[in-house]
Amino acid sequence: MNDMRLTERAVDTNQLKITARDVQVFYGDNHAIKDVTVDIQDKTVTAFIGPSGCGKSTFLRCLNRMNDTIDICRVEGKILLDDEDIYDKRVDPVQLRAKVGMVFQKPNPFPKSIYDNVAYGPKIHGLARSKTELDEIVETSLRRAALWDEVKDRLTAPGTGLSGGQQQRLCIARAVATSPEVLLMDEPCSALDPIATAQVEELIDDLRSRFSVVIVTHSMQQAARVSQKTAFFHLGNLVEFDDTTKIFTNPEDPRTESYITGRIG
Amino acid sequence: MPVIWILTLILVFSIIGFFLGRARAMTSAGGDMRSLHSLPSYYGYNSALFLAVPSLILLGLWLILQPIYIESRISSLLPETAISEDTTRSLVMSDVRRVAEGLDVAVDQGAMTADEARNIRTEFVDVRERLGSVGVALGSEVDAPILNAAQQYRELSSTMNIVMTVLVLALGAAGLTFSYVRTDKDFRARNVVESVIKGLLILASTIAILTTVGIVFSMLFETRNFFTQYNWVEFFFGTVWDPSFSGRGGLSEFGLIPLLWGTLYISFIALSVAVPIGLFAAIYMSEYASPRMRSFAKPVIEVLAGIPTIVYGLFALITVGPFLRDFIAEPMGLGSSSSSVMTAGLVMGIMLIPFVSSLSDDIINAVPQAMRDGSFGLGATHSETIRQVVIPAALPGIVGAILLATSRAIGETMIVVLGAGAAAKLDLNPFEAMTTVTVKIVSQLTGDTDFSSPETLVAFALGLTLFVMTLGLNVLALYIVRKYREQYE
Ligand SMILES: Nc1ncnc2c1ncn2[C@@H]1O[C@H](COP(=O)(O)OP(=O)(O)OP(=O)(O)O)[C@@H](O)[C@H]1O
Ligand SMILES: [Mg+2]
Repeated sequence: MNDMRLTERAVDTNQLKITARDVQVFYGDNHAIKDVTVDIQDKTVTAFIGPSGCGKSTFLRCLNRMNDTIDICRVEGKILLDDEDIYDKRVDPVQLRAKVGMVFQKPNPFPKSIYDNVAYGPKIHGLARSKTELDEIVETSLRRAALWDEVKDRLTAPGTGLSGGQQQRLCIARAVATSPEVLLMDEPCSALDPIATAQVEELIDDLRSRFSVVIVTHSMQQAARVSQKTAFFHLGNLVEFDDTTKIFTNPEDPRTESYITGRIG
Repeated sequence: MPVIWILTLILVFSIIGFFLGRARAMTSAGGDMRSLHSLPSYYGYNSALFLAVPSLILLGLWLILQPIYIESRISSLLPETAISEDTTRSLVMSDVRRVAEGLDVAVDQGAMTADEARNIRTEFVDVRERLGSVGVALGSEVDAPILNAAQQYRELSSTMNIVMTVLVLALGAAGLTFSYVRTDKDFRARNVVESVIKGLLILASTIAILTTVGIVFSMLFETRNFFTQYNWVEFFFGTVWDPSFSGRGGLSEFGLIPLLWGTLYISFIALSVAVPIGLFAAIYMSEYASPRMRSFAKPVIEVLAGIPTIVYGLFALITVGPFLRDFIAEPMGLGSSSSSVMTAGLVMGIMLIPFVSSLSDDIINAVPQAMRDGSFGLGATHSETIRQVVIPAALPGIVGAILLATSRAIGETMIVVLGAGAAAKLDLNPFEAMTTVTVKIVSQLTGDTDFSSPETLVAFALGLTLFVMTLGLNVLALYIVRKYREQYE
């Protein structure tokens, strides 16, 4: 099966955004990710599914080197972004994270106003030439995260004063505002109501036209709705990775099937 | 009966009360704990508390009020003639107390029988000599009215003591009876104990508050006395501090401004040293240092906080002062005094570093990692994250730490005496000797003092000024912290 995909890759190399080869992650002695090999295509939504604790977040954090901030965490293997090894010594993780944005599993707005939360990335990276341009970035980002209507009258209010679901959308807006090339989303909808979820899914679909999105989710329906590719993790292994339709209709591995039908997890 | 005996009795009876209450509850429940409203021990505590608390409160109040009452009674009995021209009623009263104490001592040592002490007359006995022989030295001959008053004093005290003992024990017994009668299986002992405990906690905080209020009022009172003798405008706006000491004669000038200026100048220099160094050390320790480095550096810095300020003072006097004078002040022509604002400020700044760093370090550590992750995840560098996310999140605490350090700086005395000298001066030159409010409070109150002259009373006015300043700082700190809380939580 691996061979099949390799030939496929040869056909459209330029489409590949991230290539992970034999990635191992250790937390101290805990071997959290074992031999994971994955290709993430550009302008595609890739979903990571799997039972709790199987290493989805851990692997996601490898893709923008967020694991560097955890002392005991060790990553082995090769991860290429646009054919460049992101774990190479010459790569600046700060630069990398500007390209590979992230929305965390738990909402973590900054202790700043809503406006400053969203403007944080653009200001750091000098994306706006003027105040009006910055205002524009903030507004479009908030609109795309389906938050604008709720907060447009209180942009100066603290971001930490929003509800949990609103905070999560604020974090999405914050990540979108930096215009990354890849957006990593760790369970972005776990705290959202159905309406906001639908809006965020719409946003994800919309983002796909410009960059690739990796989303971790516990909702099979969501994975099926928004993603084109799905990866199923189990106990630190990547069990199966294929087109979403294939995974959900005709999985190769019995573990995948039992997870999707609700028997593992 | 001595107070210690009364206390022991109350304690013993409370323990007995505990078991009585518990036993009665158990009996009323027919020996089955489950049909009681509360656990059996709650009934015991209930009885013990009802016995002990009211009687202890009565005892405490009595002990405070009795001397005041006796004093005023005896003082009103003193005939006008007993107070000669060159003395006051309160001085005579202190003689009375002294004689009364002397008689007590004499009786205790067996030099006098109790009867004798009650009945001796100055006409027949040289009281001064008799008391002198048991070690109580009196300043002058005891005359009849004073001895008489002292005897009344003793009489009244002993009757009052008996009344007190009886009342306290009776109240305890009443409390026990009351709670004992109330005890049965449906009585909500648990809730009653809960509210009694709450009451005791409230009482404790009330005492703390009342003490503060008491301190403030005594300061206010003395300060008012000072301002009846000295013009407040000249005090607050005067620019010369020149007290003349009793005996030397001449008029004193108490201008607050030079002292205030010295205090603020030295505190300013101290904070300009302590805040940046402390804050940067805190940031290094919490954000960059490895856990091993941190576990070594933090205690070492905190050692600075444990050094007594007098040692800092010596350091200022012996090392820093001469160094600054020889290498900076004299070459630059800024003066030749080794005690200077700069010396005290620098040394005080060193002393304050751990106050700022240790607290700020804890506060920065308390900022959740998720917040840093959020910033890193957007491609911010470590220092951008610290500046824009971590510090703002920790700001209320950091401001609190700085204001705490400021209060310390304003109240510091020892380092100033040894480092900056005791000369009140208004000057901009940091290499000039100056002094602070606290130092002057000490120097006004040491030596030969008379507590009614403005030279002494001015200390209270200075103390009150300091108090108001630190109070203002604390209020400011609370305000800032609350403002940022609203914004950041
Ligand atoms: N910071 C950490 N330090 C040590 N071990 C960790 C850390 N984070 C995760 N792990 C371990 O790594 C394994 C994978 O965790 P991870 O958070 O990636 O799971 P997950 O698939 O995201 O689960 P969930 O769906 O519940 O979010 C777990 O066994 C966990 O205990
Ligand atoms: Mg996770």
